[in-house]
Amino acid sequence: MTLVTAKALEKTYIAGDITVRAIRGVDFVIEPASFVSFVGPSGSGKSTLLNMIGCLDPPTSGFLEVAGQDVTHLSSKESARFRGEHIGFIFQDFNLIPVLTVFENVEYPLQMVQNWPKEKRRKRVQELLKSVGMADQGAKYPSQISGGQKQRVAVARALVTNAKLVLADEPTANLDSKTSNRIIELMKDMRDEFGTTFIFSTHDPKVMKNAETIFTLEDGRWEGGSLQPST
Amino acid sequence: MLSIFNLAIRNLRRYKRRTLLTSVLITLGVVAVLLFVSVSGSFKAMMIGQITDSMLGHLQVHRKGYLASIDSLPLDRNLKGKQVAEVKEILEGNDAVEAYSLRIKLGAMFSNFSETTNIRLNAVNPKQEMQTVPMLTDRIIKGKKEGLLEKGEILVPELIAKGMKVKIGDTIVLVATNKDGSVNGQPFVVRGILEGISGPGGRDGLIHLDDARALLRIEDREISEISIRLKSMGRMNEVFDQLKDRLGPIKDKMDKPVFEVHTWEKLSPFFNIAEMIDLMTFFIKIMLVAIVLVSIMNVMIMAVYERINEIGTMAAIGTVPGKILSLFMVEGFLLGVFGTLIGVVISLVTIAGMNTAKISFDFGRQKGLLLSPTIALNDVVTVAGIVIAISVLASLQPAWKAARMDPITALRHV
Repeated sequence: MTLVTAKALEKTYIAGDITVRAIRGVDFVIEPASFVSFVGPSGSGKSTLLNMIGCLDPPTSGFLEVAGQDVTHLSSKESARFRGEHIGFIFQDFNLIPVLTVFENVEYPLQMVQNWPKEKRRKRVQELLKSVGMADQGAKYPSQISGGQKQRVAVARALVTNAKLVLADEPTANLDSKTSNRIIELMKDMRDEFGTTFIFSTHDPKVMKNAETIFTLEDGRWEGGSLQPST
Repeated sequence: MLSIFNLAIRNLRRYKRRTLLTSVLITLGVVAVLLFVSVSGSFKAMMIGQITDSMLGHLQVHRKGYLASIDSLPLDRNLKGKQVAEVKEILEGNDAVEAYSLRIKLGAMFSNFSETTNIRLNAVNPKQEMQTVPMLTDRIIKGKKEGLLEKGEILVPELIAKGMKVKIGDTIVLVATNKDGSVNGQPFVVRGILEGISGPGGRDGLIHLDDARALLRIEDREISEISIRLKSMGRMNEVFDQLKDRLGPIKDKMDKPVFEVHTWEKLSPFFNIAEMIDLMTFFIKIMLVAIVLVSIMNVMIMAVYERINEIGTMAAIGTVPGKILSLFMVEGFLLGVFGTLIGVVISLVTIAGMNTAKISFDFGRQKGLLLSPTIALNDVVTVAGIVIAISVLASLQPAWKAARMDPITALRHV
């Protein structure tokens, strides 16, 4: 059973008189426990594709199924619930909540989104912080830790809900190359440990080479103008 | 919900100065309103107390048309003995009535044997009068207060006593014309000097009811007015309605109503001042609402604008719009609660301080009135409730905006 299935997926933005076809009817399939990278130059549609898979942006047309559910026409509330249950996010700017400690940032999805009981929640957060090597940093605030550590916390937050899929938009763009490699390695380890599928976008060749599957985008289509990806 | 409160408190602490400034603004508004309500309320209550407890009573019954011509103190518009008996029976059967006093109001010539002047008089039964207007004795500034007065004695208004140079124990003569036009005179001993107060009847002298009957040669038990004191001022309108219902249908031979009933509000011009105070309180409350509305709305709009990226993150990781809405509304609610609590504490301390300081003031001819501000729990709860409700209401628009924000647009915001 596939984790993500897209058929004739299309996204068009209209800004005044200008119509931009960001994604032009692409097909693809992503298997569970994959480690996939969307690559391509700026404006090729990587982020748009990630946003659609992440139910942040609905497709203009086509069919999209994630974790066994047709997500093509979800309402904003249904999308939020679906994301909270099945998808984790890692952002380029880490996007930790500044008033919460490292521990509380990881705890946030369990507390505010999934309403886990306190004891179960605490145990799970400790487990995740240990997995990402941040167990001793739980009491610190995001402003007190480095960029690499912030991204580790973000990885823990993305995985804490047992998400089937983690989407990472340029997760290493704000990190030096050494830290970037460590984050990619960490994501791979997490995939191995939890069986989670990671899809990340990048245009950094050094990061690209760590991906097990690379889908290359050009002007809203797969490389060479194809509707089917070449891996 | 606890986690939303926790997050809201942390967000308020994140911008300490702004939170503090907004709270100070709300606090100032709450203090202004509560102090105004308490000071004006105590002033109003004191003045109403003065008027009802030393002069008018809470309600008055007259013969129909008497009040319209009260300036000339018409003796031909007195209530007849039979009519008085009807009113007495009704009053004695009403458990809200504490006491009533029968009065004859008359005009006379006041002579000290060398000079003469006009005087307006209230003739009363001392015992009834003291039960109906218990603060009347406080107005006796010279002379014996106990028992109010005896037959043959007069309480002279301060201004006349000064103008006519009469002292306690002096004998004066009152000359009055009865309703038939015949003139009669009678000597009186000055028992005391009565302080004048603002309002109708506030500068009238006082004699015994039996003396007035003798002076005016009234044989029937007729009287000019019945002043009524209630056990509780709060039941005034209820008793007023009951009296109107009972006395209204009683008609004379010409099929016209015999009685008219009035509350103190219709008898004293101070009621307009009291209404003005209420109106000012209302406008001050409106100003408070505006202060709270604008300051909270401003702060929450800023908070949403500054945290667009954070809102995007929360939405992206699955926080439903309702929870984002709650978060910002709780922040507004907490700002309101914080400002209100401090405001209430400061107000109560200030009110206690004012009572300890024993501040006095003059009102008209009345000197050294003691200001004793109080505030009812009801008023505190109402003001606090209004402020907190407005705080939540003011947060609604920014919170709604945050909750409806498109996660992608929010995440892209720099």
